[in-house]
Amino acid sequence: MTAKKRVKVIMAKPGLDGHDRGAKLLARVFAEAGMEVVYTGLRQTPEMIVDAALQEDADVVGLSSLSGVHNYFFPRVVELLKEKGLDDVLVVGGGIIPEEDVAGLKKAGVAAIFGPGTRTDDIIKFIEDNVSRS
Amino acid sequence: MFDKEKLKSVRSKKEEWDCGPVEKVCAKFPERRPTFTTISGEEVERLYTPADIADFDYESKLGFPGEYPFTRGVQPTMYRGRLWTMRQYAGFGTARETNERYRYLLKQGQTGLSVAFDLPTQSGYDSDHPLSMGEVGKVGVAIDSIDDMRVLFDQIPLDKVTTSMTINAPATVLLAMYLALAEEQNVPYNKVGGTVQNDILKEIICRGQYIYPPLPSMRLTVDLIKYCYEHVPTWNTISISGYHIREAGSTAAQEMAFTIANGISYVQACIDAGMEVDSFGPRLSFFYNAFTNVLEEVAKFRAGRRFWAKIMKERFGAKNPRSMMMRYHVQTGGVTLTAQQPLNNIVRVALQTLATAYGGAQSLHTNSFDEALCLPTEEAVTVALRTQQVVAEESGAADSIDPLAGSYYVEAMTDRIEEEIHGYIQKIDALGGTLKAIDEGYIQREIQDSAYRFQKEIESNERVYVGINKYTMEEPPLTNLLRVDPKQQEIETEKLKKLRATRDQEVWKAALDKLDEVSRTDENVMPAVIEAVKARATVGEICDVWRNIWGEYRPKEFV
Repeated sequence: MTAKKRVKVIMAKPGLDGHDRGAKLLARVFAEAGMEVVYTGLRQTPEMIVDAALQEDADVVGLSSLSGVHNYFFPRVVELLKEKGLDDVLVVGGGIIPEEDVAGLKKAGVAAIFGPGTRTDDIIKFIEDNVSRS
Repeated sequence: MFDKEKLKSVRSKKEEWDCGPVEKVCAKFPERRPTFTTISGEEVERLYTPADIADFDYESKLGFPGEYPFTRGVQPTMYRGRLWTMRQYAGFGTARETNERYRYLLKQGQTGLSVAFDLPTQSGYDSDHPLSMGEVGKVGVAIDSIDDMRVLFDQIPLDKVTTSMTINAPATVLLAMYLALAEEQNVPYNKVGGTVQNDILKEIICRGQYIYPPLPSMRLTVDLIKYCYEHVPTWNTISISGYHIREAGSTAAQEMAFTIANGISYVQACIDAGMEVDSFGPRLSFFYNAFTNVLEEVAKFRAGRRFWAKIMKERFGAKNPRSMMMRYHVQTGGVTLTAQQPLNNIVRVALQTLATAYGGAQSLHTNSFDEALCLPTEEAVTVALRTQQVVAEESGAADSIDPLAGSYYVEAMTDRIEEEIHGYIQKIDALGGTLKAIDEGYIQREIQDSAYRFQKEIESNERVYVGINKYTMEEPPLTNLLRVDPKQQEIETEKLKKLRATRDQEVWKAALDKLDEVSRTDENVMPAVIEAVKARATVGEICDVWRNIWGEYRPKEFV
């Protein structure tokens, strides 16, 4: 039996938001769960995030936003991923995101939104259940 | 202060009590947990007695309010004279909308303004910059030029209110706009009061709104401090902030320690720039968080005040007692709020307000219960302000100064936190100072480790968080959230277009050229910045002058 390929995750902070406690914490927790994690740092444009996903051959892109710009940035990242042919990359998001925005984001192709108070092992389980390792 | 013989007796009786009745009860009914800790992980004893503060000396440890070492407070009468300033941080959308919210808050009895700027303004970008996409007017008000600033303070006389501005990397620019506006209102600079945050080190450590590398950033900080000392004597030139360090995950003691470490760097930088410690010392101010563990917070504030007084006196040789006073603003803990059962947050904020009052703060912002979900609605902001008013005027917490002093627990915890602060300062000194410690990622890692520990405690149910890991329930999502008009960016872009077309090009160009020239020398940049904003140069244009000279800061990431 061949070993399963390690899941590769890009953790990204789109826009000018500087709140990165959650992104950094998840980067650490994902690494401990056996995933390979690249944290982009702050002030990423959708183009920069998608470039990182392409270069790193990522399976998952995690987007974190606490400044209220999720409705613009998250769908834009999904769209650009598609344009680059990275349809199979799982996009998940988190941060300060009102419940009523979640349906729209999912429709735009974000697989899940994890709000404040989410258990990190729930996020890991979601990724493991939904990632397509190509 | 305690008699040695009596202490000995207390110790032995405590031991008898531990081995006798306590052990007996515990055998039958074990305590709820093997150990009890504060939210910061400080172990808490079952019972505190005089033996826990055996070397307690009232006069050297506490003294009197308004006197060194200021443990009990910075003013002689504290809230019996005047309550803390109730200052709600607010700003969203256009300058016009925010101006309306300010006038509403002032009418509700708020006593000071606090400006939240949007992220483009905080990062020195104009509203039409590509990186501003989606961010214009979102977490604060969009200010591009003095034209916006004029609208923001419409019908608000600048000699009658004090204004706190959360602005750091471009602090010189926004202060310049405020001063130019004061001139327009015929208010002399010495009648203008307020605060700019101007604390770039914590931006680099954890808040993320930096622009330039640390050294030129520090130069801007010092130029502003020096200019105000000479021309705007009642302005608080910096608000050295632990708030965001705590939000990023630190413990209470780390919050105080790293803030003081940053404070030491600023004082040293001003001294290196040729200033006397007592010239700028009295205008330094601080900004802290308040979490729900009331007693730990109170101890943190008292320990911080005492330690800072010693630093200013002993390390920097301050002579003026005002230089030794840690005056500070508090905001209740944003990260303590839950998106689950959001009304519970009102209770958390009330406890945090109580901690702030017992701790002796000079001003306070209380968070609104809906802020784990969105920007606060007017209703939520009103409840938050009323919470302060209830604590201030009904609870009695403001009626006697430092009322928890002398509690064995609070004094022991105050001593312990002060020791921890001391340990961190020694460690950072040994590393070569704050800039070195940041560059090596030491401070960032300490904060991230604490955040990680806390998360693990919640997920393993070691620590209870109501609505998160205990007493959870299904609930409908909160509706009627405050929304910022997504057209904001278009509106601001239009305004900018008009501004650029209608201003006097020659005056504008000359002002920016002058700023460029001055910035390349050791001369203070403030006069040139004031001229530039009067010439209607934008925040982005002024910040670009410096980007061209100093480049932009790109941090190493320590994950």
